[in-house]
Amino acid sequence: MIIASNLTKQFGKLSALDNVSVNFTKGECIALMGPNGSGKTTLIKCILGMVVPDSGFITFNDKNILHNWQYRQHIGYMPQIGRYPENMTIGQVISMIKDIRSAYNKSFDEELIESFGLNEILKKRMRTLSGGTRQKVSASLAFLFHSDVLILDEPTAGLDPVASEILKEKIKTKIKNGKLVIITSHILSDLDELATQVIYMQDGKLRFHKNINELRNETGQQKLAKAIVSLMHNHSA
Amino acid sequence: MKKIFKYVTADILRNKIVLAYTLLLMVISFSLFMLQDDASKGMLSLLNITLLIVPLTSIIFSAIYVYNSAEFIELLVSQPLKRKSIWLSLFYGLAAALSIAFFVGAGIPIIIYQPTSTGIIMIITGIVLSVIFVAIALLAAVLTRDKAKGIGITIMIWLFFALIFDGLILFILFQFEDYPLDKFMIFTSAFNPVDLCRILILLQMDVSALMGYTGAIFKDFFGSHVGSVVAGFVLLLWVIIPLWLSTRKFQKKDL
Repeated sequence: MIIASNLTKQFGKLSALDNVSVNFTKGECIALMGPNGSGKTTLIKCILGMVVPDSGFITFNDKNILHNWQYRQHIGYMPQIGRYPENMTIGQVISMIKDIRSAYNKSFDEELIESFGLNEILKKRMRTLSGGTRQKVSASLAFLFHSDVLILDEPTAGLDPVASEILKEKIKTKIKNGKLVIITSHILSDLDELATQVIYMQDGKLRFHKNINELRNETGQQKLAKAIVSLMHNHSA
Repeated sequence: MKKIFKYVTADILRNKIVLAYTLLLMVISFSLFMLQDDASKGMLSLLNITLLIVPLTSIIFSAIYVYNSAEFIELLVSQPLKRKSIWLSLFYGLAAALSIAFFVGAGIPIIIYQPTSTGIIMIITGIVLSVIFVAIALLAAVLTRDKAKGIGITIMIWLFFALIFDGLILFILFQFEDYPLDKFMIFTSAFNPVDLCRILILLQMDVSALMGYTGAIFKDFFGSHVGSVVAGFVLLLWVIIPLWLSTRKFQKKDL
């Protein structure tokens, strides 16, 4: 569904992506992992067209995304740090995004807005929100459109355990419905429940892209955290 | 496109700065017209003040607005929207808000006290100047990531067009006073939209005689039909070129 070929991106001297090629197919839940600054968010932003790679290209449903923007109607994106116009209220942000996408969507999935209890605080201004509430708004916006692809950058960071459970359940149903979900997270136990494939990045390079069962068999570890650690150990050894 | 324009304009109009700017213009214009018995003298004072205030407010407000909308832009870019239409909506929103502010603040008093062709030209040039400096501000804002640096640059640009440019021209004039510089003067005025607007209005006011020999040459050129069409075209270029450059830059920008 999404194919990235030989992506390279430099930020000054720092090479954020170094010849990265990946292939994402429908119905998978891909866990994008790696240390801080390994290029995960840059890769996601490249897919969203927010960052333009220096070389290489990305196709979405076999169409190059360069100079294309319609493809984003199929994507729900939850940013790592949700930044919204500070003067708008939650309700205004939600209705604005709905309005913008109304050309592509007639029905909206408001389940998360309800289960996060955002309905009661629609009048609150964005600048007054805590980090966790912002995350809830970001998550609700990402799931609003029945999108085929969900890109979630650290979705559970900053959420309280209850909200984080609600979100995980929501992600699970999306995977069951055959959507493509791409998640980055440092909370490996979360990924353990959700992921079907694992991508590990380091210093802008793709270290491996494996099926989670394959990874478990290879390392003999059931827990993702232990499997990764043992694999990293082997790599460095 | 229409939708983003709607949100941007609503957001700007909610901003109290634009309202304050409108009121300031209104207070200045009404007091200038009321202080003088002769409305055309009032126009002359108003001209000098607006030629300073309008570019300054337009360029700084637009630059700050673009920097403060970084989150908004980021949010929009991840949606199924063309980058070009996001950027142009920002431009249209700012240009519309500042033009309306000028029209209400300075245009209405002018219509009341000086409903002549000079007054109309004054209103039009004021609006054109607002739009030009919005376009320049957008270019400055897209080129520099750092907010403080970007706003500093816009202040420098304003200073250059409002003061330094004229100083340079005067310097050149005095250095080369033995040479015929009339054609050169007309040519250089195209490089400063503020000067161009000033000349256009002064010629309407029949005070160009005060500008001496150069004034006569200006009158000869800009007073003619061809001259005013050329001047209008040059002013239009002052909007289109910065806007085109900034749009191109924005389409490739990493957010």
